[in-house]
Amino acid sequence: MTTLRHGVYMMQRHLLNLWRQPIWIAVTLVQPVIWLLLYGALFKSVTRIPGFESNSYIQFLTPGIVVMSALFSSGWSGMAVIDDIDKGILDRFLVSPVVRRSLIVGRLMNGTVIIVVQSLIIVVLAVIVGARFPNAWGIVVLIALASLLAAAVGCLSIALALIARREETVIAAVNFFVLPLTFLSTAFMQRSLVPRWIQHASSVNPVNWAVEAGRASVLPGTNWGMVLTRLGLLAALTAVCIALATRAFRAYQRAV
Amino acid sequence: MDAIEAENLVKTYPGDVRALDGLTFSVPEGTVFGLLGPNGAGKTTAVKILTTLARADSGTARIASHDVVRDAGAVRRAIGVVAQKHAVDPALTGRENLRLQGRIFGMEKGDLERRAHGLLEEVGLADAADRVTRGYSGGMQRRLDIAMALVHRPTVLFLDEPTTGLDPEVRVAMWREIERLSVGEGLTVLLTTHYLEEADRLAANLAIVDKGRVVAAGTPDQLKGELEGDSIHVELEAAPDGAVRALDGLEGIRDVQLDGRVLRARCEHAARAVPLVLQALEAHGVAVESVTVSRPSLDDVYLRHTGRAFSEADEVAGRR
Repeated sequence: MTTLRHGVYMMQRHLLNLWRQPIWIAVTLVQPVIWLLLYGALFKSVTRIPGFESNSYIQFLTPGIVVMSALFSSGWSGMAVIDDIDKGILDRFLVSPVVRRSLIVGRLMNGTVIIVVQSLIIVVLAVIVGARFPNAWGIVVLIALASLLAAAVGCLSIALALIARREETVIAAVNFFVLPLTFLSTAFMQRSLVPRWIQHASSVNPVNWAVEAGRASVLPGTNWGMVLTRLGLLAALTAVCIALATRAFRAYQRAV
Repeated sequence: MDAIEAENLVKTYPGDVRALDGLTFSVPEGTVFGLLGPNGAGKTTAVKILTTLARADSGTARIASHDVVRDAGAVRRAIGVVAQKHAVDPALTGRENLRLQGRIFGMEKGDLERRAHGLLEEVGLADAADRVTRGYSGGMQRRLDIAMALVHRPTVLFLDEPTTGLDPEVRVAMWREIERLSVGEGLTVLLTTHYLEEADRLAANLAIVDKGRVVAAGTPDQLKGELEGDSIHVELEAAPDGAVRALDGLEGIRDVQLDGRVLRARCEHAARAVPLVLQALEAHGVAVESVTVSRPSLDDVYLRHTGRAFSEADEVAGRR
């Protein structure tokens, strides 16, 4: 309970930080929109490839953009941690009775709020440009999947920040992993149309778990068994990553 | 009763840097204690261990009778910490920063609001309380920092070089505030500083730290009292090797040391010694720029216990 209460205090701090720097709100919310419209236009003719099962690429693409945006924004979570370290704010918390885990949970809650808003904007925009999602409840599931993936990735980013304590390391890691993980998924292309090795890679790629389950949720003929399994897998992954990030605090405290 | 007890603390950082090498001291309840030493002496490491942020390799420490490792939670509730960095969230207002700090300590809402209001008045931030701290000056941030350390009514306050980087006027105001807290509110204060005058003015007891160990401890007067007589500082035009030899065997002159271009010596009666010293230097062809005579200062105490002048030790550490 204390973890959650302290987590909420931290979330409020992070949200105020975002709210008072409007440029970041703009970047966070506008960038996914640009991706949606840009990739949507760039790959429009994909639907004409024989064997492509959808006739609206935007509709196919939207879950992928929702997940990709969540992945990107969570990947950068560690940057704010390094800022806190440099300012001495983290040390101030560590000599107070704040529950260690809540420092992570607060960031994850903050990330979730951003992802929910971001995802809703993407979905509404997709609908405006012609996508149709018959399963309205599926949108909730899609956002839940994206949020879980973001929580796991956010924890890894925070853990890396606590151990490396250098912005360059976090930037390098995000650049190294985020785009390849996105392209090793079915975010942009139907599974049956990508090379065999990418199919194999995508089946163990958590980003792809979220993309496929999210797409299945919003389109008709949902295989709910698959969606639930993926939700479970992502939840388990998140739990492991939270434990890992909490341990990283110990590594940090050994180094101060 | 001792509010702070540190016993034989040892801390080594990677690369075999021995930050603490058997540090031992204790601070009686309700007093101001000064940990005095140049940069790199281990003062900040000591504060980190005593405030539960870092862990010692060996040795024990207790704050208000709670062990800093086994009973870290109780220690954290008992202490307020002002670290070297301001550590205020720049996107929050002064009041919001205080509120967050108080909430972490589980303060009840009405009490917290009243306490925050009172503290903001006390540290002179009432007018700026609802402004985002990004626009605060260094002195304002430092004052907010202190208010944040006090919001939960700690019994032991740690101040790690609280006046470093502050303007002289702000520094004097900070001294007054620290005096008020210890005398007026009965707080135990541990202060680290590398300003001798600061330790001299504020601390009831102090320990001089060098290379992770206490090299001398006592009240400022006791420490100065160990050095009987006066000190003579002679500034030379150059630093000739013969300067020290010139004073060799001079009656009533001892502890002659050359520190750059400054020749220091101790004597019983400065008024009698100065003419002799000047004569001797002239006889050896050493040109003198100025002579100062003073009662023993903490600088002399430091010099005597570490063999280096304070400013010099600081520079060496700064270059590292």
